[in-house]
Amino acid sequence: MTTRKRQKLTTPFLLLIVMSGLLLASCKSVKEYQKNKLNDSEMSLSGRKVEKTELNFQSYREGASGANGGKIGGGCGCN
Amino acid sequence: MKKLFLSVIGMYIGILASFSQGKQPPDSSGYPSRKLSFEEANIVSSYYSQDGNNSAVTGGIGSEKLTDIANVFDLKVSMYDRRHRKHSFTGEIGIDHYTSASSDKIDPKTISSASHADTRFYPSFGWTMENEKRGTTVGAGVSYSSEFDYQSLGVNVNFAQKTRNKNGEFSAKLQAFVDQVTLIYPVELRSGSFGEDDDYATTGRNTFAGGLSWSQIINKNFQLLFDGEVIYQQGYLGLPFHRVYFDDNSVHVENLPSTRLKIPLGIRANYFIGDKFILRTWYRNYHDDWGINSNAVQVETVFKLNPFLSVTPFYRFYQQSAADYFAPYQEHTGADQFYTSNYDLSKFNSNFFGAGFRIAPPQGVFNIKHLNALELRYGHYLKTTGMNANIITMNLKFK
Repeated sequence: MTTRKRQKLTTPFLLLIVMSGLLLASCKSVKEYQKNKLNDSEMSLSGRKVEKTELNFQSYREGASGANGGKIGGGCGCN
Repeated sequence: MKKLFLSVIGMYIGILASFSQGKQPPDSSGYPSRKLSFEEANIVSSYYSQDGNNSAVTGGIGSEKLTDIANVFDLKVSMYDRRHRKHSFTGEIGIDHYTSASSDKIDPKTISSASHADTRFYPSFGWTMENEKRGTTVGAGVSYSSEFDYQSLGVNVNFAQKTRNKNGEFSAKLQAFVDQVTLIYPVELRSGSFGEDDDYATTGRNTFAGGLSWSQIINKNFQLLFDGEVIYQQGYLGLPFHRVYFDDNSVHVENLPSTRLKIPLGIRANYFIGDKFILRTWYRNYHDDWGINSNAVQVETVFKLNPFLSVTPFYRFYQQSAADYFAPYQEHTGADQFYTSNYDLSKFNSNFFGAGFRIAPPQGVFNIKHLNALELRYGHYLKTTGMNANIITMNLKFK
């Protein structure tokens, strides 16, 4: 992997970090009674049950894994 | 297969039995009940099928045809202790049954050998203790996974702390997996005469992972999650039945380094637009010391047709560079120290798209009071190497 390629791959992530920093700076304090939309089950930030087996097959069929609530080890399942 | 279906039926009956006890009466003291109470249970069933022409078992050529039926059942119960801390206990049992055309090529002299199909069984148990007043959660868990040629034992501990205004949460997690790989080599590379019932040697593979995450509410419609992990693996990281053909047509067993360091960094952002749309996005950047660099992005749009019914089309794009040790069929040479022809470690892009459907009526799905939600999801997966797959999943949620 050349340095140029590595830079090309990390640039989107660095851009995202900068954008997220700007977003975090604009945070507003939200009271419990204002969280009806945030508490909607489809707004959940944690792993969704229906995606569990999808994440498993992706971790087997792709070289990358992790940071998505899916498998990072344990059990092979490779064929 | 018969055993598998009987197990699933057993789980359904188990859930129905758990409801027969009814709900705990409220505690008249005003304090939360200290009796164990049912929170939710889920049944996730999926059918997966794939095909392609780059099987690692046959050195990067040959059928990748595989089907997998997965059933996962989980149950969550909770109780409060004397200090009003909430203890949640989660038990999960998973059973996968798969058939694989390439596994049958480990010993091609046999026709439909025992290796053409296998069942994986994976129970786990978790505990968390939440102090709602302080906004802290601590937890621990154990897991086990067993299939014919692979056993795994896992442990994990986790900690979470909410911010004072409860708009943010920091989480930390440590995980370890101690695995045993059974050394089943391709038949032509075995020393001596092994049969189906011989005792094979085993070797170890360990995985250690540490993860940090930060979730933050931006406003009453928008929230974010940053997620980073460091994963270190050591031991036998290849698979003994993966063949590699060198340029002189000699056949070898895949040989990979005995350590691997992976660093995935992810961000998830969910936005509620108006009253009927939710935009769910996810992005991950990944590096490892085998030379794989990857980016993945997923976008899902939830259309709420009414408060209880939604449709969710989704699209995921993934790209990765090849591992330093990958080369296709007959392209490795005797000078290579490490070698594999496993196309999961090659350079490729993939596209995954499909849609989900969710129904959660207040009177219960099909008027079954405790059947809180039914979710169906279908996805089609395409790799630029030619491999393609389909997966259909159903989630039944009981509450």
